[in-house]
Amino acid sequence: MRADTATILTLTGFFAVLSLFTIGGGNSAVPEMHRFSVEVQHWLTDRQFADTFALAQLAPGPNLIIVTLIGYHVAGIAGALVATLAMCGPSGLFAYFVGRAADRFKGSAWHTALSRGLVPVTLGLTASSAVVIATTADFGWVAALVTFATATTAYFVRIHPLWAFAVAALLGLSGVL
Amino acid sequence: MNDSSPSRSLAGQSAQSPPGAPPRLVEPTLSALFIAFATISLSGFGGVLAWSRRMMVEERRWLTPEQFNETYALCSFLPGGNILNFSVIFGARLRGPLGSLVALAGLMGPPMCLIMIIGAIYAHYGEIPALRRMLTGVACAAAGLMMATVAKMARPLFRSGAVAGPLVAVATFAAIGIVQWPLPLVLAVIVPVSIAAAWVRL
Repeated sequence: MRADTATILTLTGFFAVLSLFTIGGGNSAVPEMHRFSVEVQHWLTDRQFADTFALAQLAPGPNLIIVTLIGYHVAGIAGALVATLAMCGPSGLFAYFVGRAADRFKGSAWHTALSRGLVPVTLGLTASSAVVIATTADFGWVAALVTFATATTAYFVRIHPLWAFAVAALLGLSGVL
Repeated sequence: MNDSSPSRSLAGQSAQSPPGAPPRLVEPTLSALFIAFATISLSGFGGVLAWSRRMMVEERRWLTPEQFNETYALCSFLPGGNILNFSVIFGARLRGPLGSLVALAGLMGPPMCLIMIIGAIYAHYGEIPALRRMLTGVACAAAGLMMATVAKMARPLFRSGAVAGPLVAVATFAAIGIVQWPLPLVLAVIVPVSIAAAWVRL
C-alpha cells in the first residue's frame, strides 16, 4: 500500500472524472477502472481486479462499491474514503441540480432524444464490462462454460444473482474451475 | 426551499389530495430517510431497484408509483450510479440539500464499512487457493449475468430496423471492450453522435 499524497490525488482525480462519465449504471465504468488501475497505474494485477470485482458483486450495496474496494487496495482506509467521495461527489451535485429543474423539461423532445441516444451506448459499455471481466479472471475452458451457462440461463429465466454466484462459487470450491 | 423547487409538487400533493389521487403520501424524517436507504442498500444484492420500489412506494408511501418511475427514469440517464442519483434527488425533494446528503450517506455508509472489512480480509487471505477459485467462479457468473443483460437489451434495438443504434452499440463495444481506449474520449465522440441520431429519428 502506498498512501502518499500523489497516489491519493491520482485516485481522487480519476474517480471524480469517471463519476461524470459513468452512464447507464455503475457496471459500465468497469472497463475504464480496469484500464486505469491495471494497465496505466499498475495498482492491481488482472487477477486482483477480477477478485475485487467479484467481492463487490458479492457484497450488499450499489455496484459502485467496487470503487471503495479499489481505493482501499491502493491506499488503505484513506484511499477508500477519497475514492468513494470522488465517485459520488460530481455526479451527485449534478443530479441534485438537474433534479431540482427536472419538472420543467419533463417530456421535452431533447429529453427523449437524450434518453434514447444513451441506450445503445449503455449496451456497448455493458458488453465491454462483461468481456473485460471474462478475460481478466484467470480463465480456462470450464470457466468459460460457467460464464456461458449463466448467460443462457439468465437470458431465459429470471434468476436471483445470489443463486448464480452461489452455484459458481461452489463449482470453484469443488476444484472444477 | 424556494417556490420553484420540485419539492412543492410532492408536499402540495400530500397536503391537499385532489379527488382520485393516490393515497396520501407521508413525509419522512431525516433519520427515517437514512434508515430507509441503509436498509435498501444492505438488502439489495444486485437488485437495488426492486427493493427501493417496494420500500418507497408500497411500504412507506413516500412516492406514488408514477413519481417513482419518473424519478428513476431521470436517474438512469444522469451520469453516475443510478441508485446514487436516486437517493440524491429523492432526498432533495423531501428534505432539501440535507435530505440528499442523509439519503446518500445511508446508501453508501454501511456498505462502505462492510466492503472495507471484506477488503482487509482479502488482503490477508486472498491467496488461499480455495477462496481464489470461488472468486473466479463468482466473476464468471457475474460476467454471464451481464451478457444476458446485453442480449436482452440488444433484442429490441437490433430489431427496430434503425441502423444508428446498433452501429453506436457496436462502435462503443469495439472502442472500450476491445481496443480499450480511455472512456472520456470515447464518450465525448459517441454520445453526441448517438443523441443526434436519436434526435433525427424523433
